[in-house]
Amino acid sequence: MEGIYFDNNATTRVDEAVVEAMLPYFTEQFGNPSSMHSFGNKVGLAIKKARMQVQELLGAEHDSEIIFTSCGTESDSTAILSALKAQPERKEIITTTVEHPAILTLCAYLEKEGYKVHYLQVDGKGRLNLDEYKKLLTDQVAVVSVMWANNETGTFFPVVEMAELAHAAGAMFHTDAVQAVGKVPLNLKDTKIDMLSVSGHKLHAPKGVGVLYLKRGVRFRPLLRGGHQERGRRAGTENTTSIVGLGKAAEMALEAMAFENTEVKRLRDKLEAGILAKVPSSFVTGNPDDRLPNTSNIAFEYIEGEAILLLLNKFGIAASSGSACTSGSLEPSHVMRAMGIPYTAAHGTVRFSLSRYSTEAEVDRVIAVVPEIIAQLRKLSPYWDGDKPKAEPDKAFAPTYA
Amino acid sequence: MWDYSDKVKEHFFEPRNAGPLEDANGVGDVGSISCGDALRLMLKVEPETDIILDAHFQTFGCGSAIASSSALTEMIKGKTLDEALKVSNQDIADYLDGLPPEKMHCSVMGREALQAAVANYRGEVWSDDHEEGALVCKCFAIDAVLIEDTIRANNLSSVQDVTNYTKAGGGCSSCHEGIEEILVKVMAERGDSFKPGTPAKEEAPPAGMTNLQRIKKIEAVLESVRPQLKRDGGDIELLDVDGKTIYVSMTGACAGCQMEALTLQGIQQKLMEELKEFIKIVPTKAGALSRASCQP
Ligand SMILES: Cc1ncc(COP(=O)(O)O)c(C=O)c1O
Repeated sequence: MEGIYFDNNATTRVDEAVVEAMLPYFTEQFGNPSSMHSFGNKVGLAIKKARMQVQELLGAEHDSEIIFTSCGTESDSTAILSALKAQPERKEIITTTVEHPAILTLCAYLEKEGYKVHYLQVDGKGRLNLDEYKKLLTDQVAVVSVMWANNETGTFFPVVEMAELAHAAGAMFHTDAVQAVGKVPLNLKDTKIDMLSVSGHKLHAPKGVGVLYLKRGVRFRPLLRGGHQERGRRAGTENTTSIVGLGKAAEMALEAMAFENTEVKRLRDKLEAGILAKVPSSFVTGNPDDRLPNTSNIAFEYIEGEAILLLLNKFGIAASSGSACTSGSLEPSHVMRAMGIPYTAAHGTVRFSLSRYSTEAEVDRVIAVVPEIIAQLRKLSPYWDGDKPKAEPDKAFAPTYA
Repeated sequence: MWDYSDKVKEHFFEPRNAGPLEDANGVGDVGSISCGDALRLMLKVEPETDIILDAHFQTFGCGSAIASSSALTEMIKGKTLDEALKVSNQDIADYLDGLPPEKMHCSVMGREALQAAVANYRGEVWSDDHEEGALVCKCFAIDAVLIEDTIRANNLSSVQDVTNYTKAGGGCSSCHEGIEEILVKVMAERGDSFKPGTPAKEEAPPAGMTNLQRIKKIEAVLESVRPQLKRDGGDIELLDVDGKTIYVSMTGACAGCQMEALTLQGIQQKLMEELKEFIKIVPTKAGALSRASCQP
């Protein structure tokens, strides 16, 4: 498809080499890996290989620490519910206000079930206060779940350090690393991270496959019980094609790691600087000094994100927004609100997320188009006057709630 | 991405009457910045005739907010204030060949903006008292606040009750968990607790009434409200009776669907009093489903 795809934090294109690796497992190698005959055997070997490829990418000590799941969300749910089931005497969870709904919605549900959930706040740049965290780490905490990199802003959390602290307090540590895996070099064997979630479709593997990393020796209770697949830790016949694809994608991600952190980062920086230089009343959200190399989240004040996306789409540019309208909810992104970004800016946040397939020409094109689009929408905005915001914008336009 | 009609796209990509209106003499600012949609409507009204000579808008909001603002200005130009005030949010949505239910909910503020601008022109202050909550039922676009209020007002205690009174949950049923949560919360307020499996408030029809008698009674009630509807340029007709569901067709001008919903509620009340049983009244006509989307 033609067009500029700068929405790689939402999902990525499956690499051609990944598709090629997968194809035989739909037809010639269709066997069930659990079967005794040779149809199954070859498939079993392919899964073993994929497991090692993922192990390599994560820097895990053992390949048996890799459990294939159906998606990042399943990995998140499995990890947290397992920690609670395995330590029934501990009734508290620590997480952050800016997690993905895969964590937050589950936590809200667990609160109704009687668990106590502590939500760590973030500052204006999306950073945690570790002193606050330390105070909450008591022998009541079953699990800490903190994302490695935020999906909206790309901002990192110091999960390696936080895992050490959790470990010292006897709590399990889980991290949703769905956005980080493939973009950040990992060496899990040297950390105290007990569990980590991966989603295939964020690293050029197919949708509908994920991984839960489970450190050897960490007590575990499966979400799905049944057959002995994944050593009884995740029952259900394996999604063999996708697992093979994820293995290949993991191998390629490892090869591209340096590129992601140099060339992709350079393009992201160019895009961001180019837009900020030409668009007044706009700023980067999150922490620009400590974030994913591919993500730039820019707030365009006094206009609304869905409108920006529709106009970008007209120019063949795909991005995403934290506005309420794009999600059909009544509030803008919880991540922007947690950072204290005012409504007039939070609704106008746009996330550009690049990949190793993004090109310089695409970046140049977006830099050329965005300022026009923003100016066009600001012409319609009751907060805007000519080429700048009205003086005291909140007074110039203060609508009656309707 | 939302499934917008071509008309919406047209009004979004090339909005009509956008930007400030120099000599406006009626201005209405409405919306919710937290929700992400707000609108300034500016009118130039001819004082002798009350005719809207020109109308402009400025909107902070999404595609459908901008498109509906643009549509509104087109619809009201040349009308008198009283004529313009008859334009409902549903009329705006219809003009745009429909909007997704999620969008009806918070981005169509035309009617409110119009009321505010007219009040401003007349030297009055307009305030809106209807609050909106998170969308719960996507099939019929019913929000949490309406459901809460209805549960409170009628002492409801089952999902089926909520469906009978608000329609919420009557479609795909995926929102039943959400409705149960609201029931738990509101019932706790009145010191009650939600129990799944509680039967709906329906009562058996009084013995002794034959089907024919029942239908005759229904017809009599409808007949009694017709003169008033006709005065407002509308009408109602009985289409079918299926157990406790009474299907009617509403025709003609209804002063906005909000009024229609109120009218139907009133009729439902009358029917229940007459028949001494719980009944549900369902307006059927093309678009009946989407019309539910702007119940108060
Ligand atoms: C941080 C984070 N966690 C979890 C998920 C969910 O992953 P999946 O779509 O594979 O369930 C996503 C993807 O949207 C994500 O960005």
